[in-house]
Amino acid sequence: MDAKKNSIIGNSERRVDAWGKVTGSAKFAADYSLPHQLYGKVLRSGHPHARIVSIDVRQAANLDGVAAVLTANDIPGSRVFGIVVKNQEILAGEKVRYMGDGVALVAASSVEIAEAALGIIDVVYEPLPVVSDPEYAMKEEAPRVHPEGNVFVHHKVRKGNIEKGFASADFVIERTFRTQFVEHSAIEPEAVLAEPAEHGGVRITGSIQNLFSSRRSVAAALNLDLNRVQLVQATLGGSFGGKDEVMTSMCCRAALLVRATGRPVKMVNSREESMLESYKRHPYVMHYRWGARKNGAITAMEIRCIADGGAYASMSPFVTWRSVVQATGPYACENVKTDVYAVYTNNNYTGAMRGFGSPQVNFAIESMMDELGERVGMNPLEVRLRNCFHRGSVTATGQKLDHEVSLREVLQKAADGIGFPEKWKRFREADGGMHRKGVGLACSYRGVSLGAEGADAAEAVVSVQTDGSVIVSSGVTDMGQGAGTQMSQIVAGVFGIPVGKVLFLNTDTNRVADSGPTVASRGTIVGGAAAKNAAEIVRATLLDVAAEMAGTSPRELAMEGGFVVRSADGTRLASFGEVAAECFEKGRPMHGIGWHRSPKTTWDAATGQGDAYFTFVYGANAAEVVVDTETGKVDVVDFVSVHDVGRAINSDAVRGQMIGGVAMGLGYGLLEEFILEEGVPAQLNFDEYLIPTSMDVPPVTTIIVENEDPAGPFGAKSVGEPTNEIAAPAIVNAIFNATEKRITELPANLERVRLGHALRRPGPRGSALKDDGQSLPDLSCKIRPEKL
Amino acid sequence: MNPTITLSFTLNGRPQRVDVSPNRTLLDLLREEIGLTGTKRGCDVGECGACTVLLDGRAVNSCLVLAPQVAGREVVTVEGLAPLGTLAPLQEAFIHHGAVQCGFCTPGMLMSAKDLLDHSARPPEREIREAIAGNLCRCTGYQQIVEAIEDAARRTHEAR
Repeated sequence: MDAKKNSIIGNSERRVDAWGKVTGSAKFAADYSLPHQLYGKVLRSGHPHARIVSIDVRQAANLDGVAAVLTANDIPGSRVFGIVVKNQEILAGEKVRYMGDGVALVAASSVEIAEAALGIIDVVYEPLPVVSDPEYAMKEEAPRVHPEGNVFVHHKVRKGNIEKGFASADFVIERTFRTQFVEHSAIEPEAVLAEPAEHGGVRITGSIQNLFSSRRSVAAALNLDLNRVQLVQATLGGSFGGKDEVMTSMCCRAALLVRATGRPVKMVNSREESMLESYKRHPYVMHYRWGARKNGAITAMEIRCIADGGAYASMSPFVTWRSVVQATGPYACENVKTDVYAVYTNNNYTGAMRGFGSPQVNFAIESMMDELGERVGMNPLEVRLRNCFHRGSVTATGQKLDHEVSLREVLQKAADGIGFPEKWKRFREADGGMHRKGVGLACSYRGVSLGAEGADAAEAVVSVQTDGSVIVSSGVTDMGQGAGTQMSQIVAGVFGIPVGKVLFLNTDTNRVADSGPTVASRGTIVGGAAAKNAAEIVRATLLDVAAEMAGTSPRELAMEGGFVVRSADGTRLASFGEVAAECFEKGRPMHGIGWHRSPKTTWDAATGQGDAYFTFVYGANAAEVVVDTETGKVDVVDFVSVHDVGRAINSDAVRGQMIGGVAMGLGYGLLEEFILEEGVPAQLNFDEYLIPTSMDVPPVTTIIVENEDPAGPFGAKSVGEPTNEIAAPAIVNAIFNATEKRITELPANLERVRLGHALRRPGPRGSALKDDGQSLPDLSCKIRPEKL
Repeated sequence: MNPTITLSFTLNGRPQRVDVSPNRTLLDLLREEIGLTGTKRGCDVGECGACTVLLDGRAVNSCLVLAPQVAGREVVTVEGLAPLGTLAPLQEAFIHHGAVQCGFCTPGMLMSAKDLLDHSARPPEREIREAIAGNLCRCTGYQQIVEAIEDAARRTHEAR
């Protein structure tokens, strides 16, 4: 059908779930309760690395109100789970590998009793040497977190001849960049309500991002068939990649307690429990070495990145794979050698977080690009325009970009929006002063969806009711980003009916097919395409029926404004509801099952060559900052975000993704750091882990660029993650423009901007004191440089 | 178990009598005892603002208020904004401006905004940002929320 004529696609339609969310009637996981429910709590390790000598639960089990106390030995099926490497334990049996590991479970009639029971479980540990520095962890003599050794991923890209590339260079730029652990900070902490199912098995309602992978683990742990494990998604209070494995372990634990007690079990993490246990965004150490010529051309790139995977593999193999594919940025270079490693440590494990391996490398690449500009006397815009990909360019992995490569367009629009390069030149030449201004630029290309990570397909079911209202269910979940609204709009667009006539159901594993994970910004491009296919199947039937009613051919008919109309003159023949009723009377099928599989991708792991992703998106950010040179405080005063999204299905939602992505990127660049000291978290709540408030985020100018891509529904691509991956380098480049100081470690907080390094206070801090009132911090505040 | 006390207060315009343990917070009382789950728990230390309600017309973090403190006073939660199903201008504006994404911060955000608009007819942007500075949102970047509050203020002002 012709999307251009479609008034619903591209509209800023209201979110389909907004009414419930502004009235308080939307039900999030912790809002569900059942009569006679028990409350589940987890005893966590208390050691970053230790052997479990013994666990004595007898006293806890005898406490009044306690219904069950479980340890690893009580798991009937698989004790481990993991999407790539199955080595994460539901409950630690032999040893604990990070502070968040669980060792025992309690179900009790109240949270208070459950917590009291945790306090009297007697665990004897034998502490083991802790490995917390990923570079040290790579060494042979380092303590091993798992028996197979600490290096568990090594991805490579090899292109051209790196020696020749450096030999033909006029000069070499070499820098090391470091990034930090970042907490997802969804405002909703993890929660589930699990209950015994009518026909055996278990039913779990929860804040679960990827229901199908969590279900597989629950079934394996309880020795159940998949169909006896029903996972239903509650309205999800944000995820950003963070409600995957941590929810899998919570689902498994709650299901085990249901099995042991035969009663419903509710588990809700406090913020402290959430921050202690949950996985984070990977910290990277990135060694970048570029050879370049005086004319600004890059002749060689040698890149070595080490990702701290923490205690478990989680998504590290995939996260670091995206890094290896995108490590050169969108810049042409004939000779590339990239190595990306992921290593185990006794830190919190790291996994999926919005951006998925791109925010780290983009910080390095975009900083390097500004350095290159400095060396050859080009401004940041010129040097990018000189080197960036265009249609027909070949990437570092040998993929030819045969779609509209809009880097020049997005870069120019971002530059124009902020006043680049005029401001850049003026701020650069300004005379010192306490408050200095700067502008910075960054751009990126990003592979859409999963790429060569694995199968990339999704299902949607569209069911038309006899009154013409429509129900859509999908295996792709709405986490708050608005996938439900976009899919409703797509279906409404196919039927020519108002979005209000469409109801989107939260994902239920027992009612739709496994559609893979809702990750990699694939909600609209893959889930939306499945919904479109499903709706088109029903549309064809409905048009058939309408044609019989009107005594004409379906080819003469169209659907618009809630009616079936004659295409030639727009005459209304019957309302959508009347046709639906007739369809039912005639016994014709009123539902469609849509399936969409993304185009094939290829990958040769030995050389790192292949068509890694079926298409790419392009974006550019520009930031203006004011740096207080006395305190190191950086205020972002203006920001322009430009993204080519193919086609915006809902421009308000796209704008919301763009501004929210910048806010999170600003936190990454300036504020946020989940600090672990020898594996022990130094902050466990929002009083210590600071995310941007309304006072920190400047007004953001959003510019949506639309170059429709045949790969997506109605030409749409993706937007969720690209918006979050270049704000930090744009800000850091602006700090350089203001101060001539190159920040190579994130976040660019007061100390790093003012002093050039971070400060640390010895001893436990903040929440750590709650558990250990004895060890008050040394308030004389002796400071020592961060030992990085 | 602590002995309970009987608490009388006004909740969303209606008199309420409830037996509660005196060490429970107002947030516990609303969510666990009375079953009004619109008010959210995000941090329990008064940092995230998801539990914001109005106490005698002013925004408070209900996780930092002990239940007995509300005796004889008036509490309004998100459920009290549209008791008859007709949305208040603030709620309308939040939907209209795309100020809602995951929605977990929304109830608290609405209550902070209501406190502001009840006490300041046409607040400038700076004042709006200050009023919601205690409400964390991880999805939106705040801009559409600020726009929604500005718009609600304008509509309310024009209606007067």
